[in-house]
Amino acid sequence: MSDWRKRLSPTGNFGDAIFRLAMLGAALLVVAIVVVMIVALASHSTLSIKQFGFSFLTSREWDPVKGQFGALAFIYGTIVSSLIALLISVPLSLGIAIFLVEQAPRLIARPITFLVELLAAIPSVVYGLWGIFVLAPFLRVHVEPRLARVFGWTPLFQGPITGIGLLTGGVILAIMVTPIISAVVRDVLAAVPNTQREAALALGATKWETTLVVLVNGAPGIAGAVILGLGRAIGETMAVTMVIGNRPEISASLFQPSYTLASVIANEFTEATADIYLSSLIELGLILFAVTFVVNAIARLMVWRVTRGTAGA
Amino acid sequence: MMRLSRSDRARRSVSWVMTSLTALCTIVAVGILFVILAYIAMRGISALNFGFLVDTPRPVGEGGGIGNAIVGSGLLLLLSCVVGIPIGIACGIYLSEFGGGWFVSAVRFLIDTLTGIPSIVTGVFVYAVIVLRMKHFSAFAGGIALALIMIPIVARTTEEMIKLVPQSLREGALALGAPQWRVTLGVVLPAAASGIVTGAMLAIARVSGETAPLLFTAFGSRFYPRNLNEPIASLTVQIYNYAISPYDEWHAQAWAATLVLMALILSINLIVRFLTRQKFN
Amino acid sequence: MSLSKFGAFAALVTLSIASFGCSGGGSSSEIRLQGAGATFPNPLYQKWLSEYGKAHANVKIDYQSIGSGGGIKQIQARTVDFGASDAPMTDAELKASPAELIHVPTVLGAVVITYNLQGIAKPLRFSPDVIADIFLGRITKWNDARIKADNADANLPAADIAVVHRAESSGTSFVFTDYLAKVSADWKQKVGADKAPNWPVGQGGKGNEGVTGQIKQQPNTIGYVELAYATQNKLPVALIKNASGNFVEATIDNVTAAAAGSAASTPDDLRVSITNAAGANAYPISSYTYVLVYKDQTDATKGKAVVDFLWWGIHDGESFAKDLQYAPLPAEIVKRAETKINSITSGGKPLR
Repeated sequence: MSDWRKRLSPTGNFGDAIFRLAMLGAALLVVAIVVVMIVALASHSTLSIKQFGFSFLTSREWDPVKGQFGALAFIYGTIVSSLIALLISVPLSLGIAIFLVEQAPRLIARPITFLVELLAAIPSVVYGLWGIFVLAPFLRVHVEPRLARVFGWTPLFQGPITGIGLLTGGVILAIMVTPIISAVVRDVLAAVPNTQREAALALGATKWETTLVVLVNGAPGIAGAVILGLGRAIGETMAVTMVIGNRPEISASLFQPSYTLASVIANEFTEATADIYLSSLIELGLILFAVTFVVNAIARLMVWRVTRGTAGA
Repeated sequence: MMRLSRSDRARRSVSWVMTSLTALCTIVAVGILFVILAYIAMRGISALNFGFLVDTPRPVGEGGGIGNAIVGSGLLLLLSCVVGIPIGIACGIYLSEFGGGWFVSAVRFLIDTLTGIPSIVTGVFVYAVIVLRMKHFSAFAGGIALALIMIPIVARTTEEMIKLVPQSLREGALALGAPQWRVTLGVVLPAAASGIVTGAMLAIARVSGETAPLLFTAFGSRFYPRNLNEPIASLTVQIYNYAISPYDEWHAQAWAATLVLMALILSINLIVRFLTRQKFN
Repeated sequence: MSLSKFGAFAALVTLSIASFGCSGGGSSSEIRLQGAGATFPNPLYQKWLSEYGKAHANVKIDYQSIGSGGGIKQIQARTVDFGASDAPMTDAELKASPAELIHVPTVLGAVVITYNLQGIAKPLRFSPDVIADIFLGRITKWNDARIKADNADANLPAADIAVVHRAESSGTSFVFTDYLAKVSADWKQKVGADKAPNWPVGQGGKGNEGVTGQIKQQPNTIGYVELAYATQNKLPVALIKNASGNFVEATIDNVTAAAAGSAASTPDDLRVSITNAAGANAYPISSYTYVLVYKDQTDATKGKAVVDFLWWGIHDGESFAKDLQYAPLPAEIVKRAETKINSITSGGKPLR
């Protein structure tokens, strides 16, 4: 059989060839779309790349009136808010998934599963409004003063307490991301074969130790779940922009207002008229792509190190 | 019964503590959901009645409803599912069944990056490619924008779930003489069905809550839709319009519409889970 | 669910969508129009569309608020039949449009200063330079001497002022900063008038609703919002000293007075800023909102429908303005808007 036909279908089966072609076609379609997007973003941001060059990444200024643009404040806001979201959400999601799969009786696991997934169905504008009217005042009155009292010696928890800022943004992202991570981890854990659990138990492991074995087994899947959640956190606009304060500033304190890449693009894109302004916003979009890229790469690297020695299912 | 050694007792207490912690996590999550739901219900219950569900929007002070928005959201969701879910599952199959190699890794990476795009960027992209070409807004463009947001979520969860299907299942089917495609479609996919459905449900929940991409593609409308080639109303855009207005009456309608949206998603979730349930565990 | 059943279901769904999607566009006598743009006049425009629709059942108009900039971009791209913008288009934007665009003012609005302070009985009074310095970050405490000077009998706390501004680009920000640039040379030089200025201090709220929400929830805040948001949410509205030296309330009549006072200096194309207007009762932070249409309509039927709707709007439509807290156009401006509408043609023939 000729070479390309063998490549297409190792078994020589015609149905196989069609199938592989179709799957490849779908993947190439999506790749093409992503590539077109990146190319479009790159080509429309040449103006600001030429004008600002590398200093775009290190400048904190964002002044549409004077025509001075820089991305550093937004990169900081995006990374820190996503980090806070993951720090809160990953342990929480893992806990939920473990409880639902390993511990809860079937009768209550089912309805609770639906309830947690329901969190993903709330529109982001509703999250934003709930954030302003319920979460921000709650944090301002009950949580942030306590944090300031206990941790006020670190630069992370200093400054005026308004309820609107990086911490609130991170918390609301955490709530939005938890249903995604917990749902996927739940399925990953459920797919780990019972033989693994039984083997651990037979060796005298406690319930928790058995769970650890299951977690390590499902580590790549868990990483995939975290990356999905991370993508949501990085790209979220409406809910975050309503509670984060939208100030392009970098300050160590989590109580201070901040600004994320996705928020500034959503807030200013439709109204931007000057060419350099538009170009800078599009360059921010390109940087957002790059940030997602880099963070995903780091996550994948960490998972690879953890699972390097262990065998799969 | 043997007396437990000290280390055994320590391990057991750790196990007990962790079990309680996971239960606590679940309680926190469900608690937050109820807090949010209670708030939405409190603010929206006054606007919820049968007329609200079938009427079209009216100016402030005249009541009105979200009937056309419910139909519009349903149509947009259907359209995006028809386009997005098959392509997403196909990508997932490609990533998991076609082996390693640099190309597959590159494709996986690009799809991962797609998950992080703000929905407004997707919306503007579809606007530039479809709406500007057609010179008008349409439900069709809105469906495509939502499908683009769905695809990476469905693709990645499908891939992860297919990878978790034990190799023995595949080998058994192959040993019986089934061709590769039959094995994938007839054995592997059904085995991973629950997880794939989770991915699809997450994607549906995600896009049903999106506003920004629809504003530039499906636009919005006060009327019941006639066809997919025209602007169409949707629950999220209607919620957005009402929520950013100054009027309490419209605010109440926004919150009530949110309840309707969540009920819609919950029903879809329940129905799909029921249809794809494993008959033999 | 088995594979074949699923496949059949999928085919059924796809077929039904395809057939629905390609069905023809309704009855031939129906005219569908789309408009997009400013969020500020949206409630009034929705009222107009509904009332106009009652009298003209075959004309179905949709308006979607996507922001003033969005309105300008969409009308330039010809994806909508009319656009709407709070800020008039700049010369550069007009030049970049494919054909000549006309500005038709529809209604007036006010940007008000609102705040959240405990124990203040009467609305506070502000001088223009005080407002500018608060937003510049120069006046930082509520009990500053300059605020006290205008509010002798108010019990102002010794708290920090928390400034709230708009996060995103907005026509409201443009009107407010346009006013500040006129009354404060420092503001003009440091920040300027823009839809998305680089605010020296303060936190950003998303939309009028976001700013209102933050002010309502957080004590000692001050911010600027459209009038309706302050009154509907029962927030206090400050009195501002106008160009004639009077502290005026933000009432609908005072806003119309500002427009009337500027009528003489309003150019022919009706693109004008009426902040800090002359007139004893003029409210200083007022502005028009415009509908944007092409002077030459490519589709005569649609063009006639747009023209008829606009004519109805600036006459019958104005009667609905006050109830929704918009200020109707003064009579002189209505006359000039009429001239503009009468000049709209299609294929050389006027449509009215």
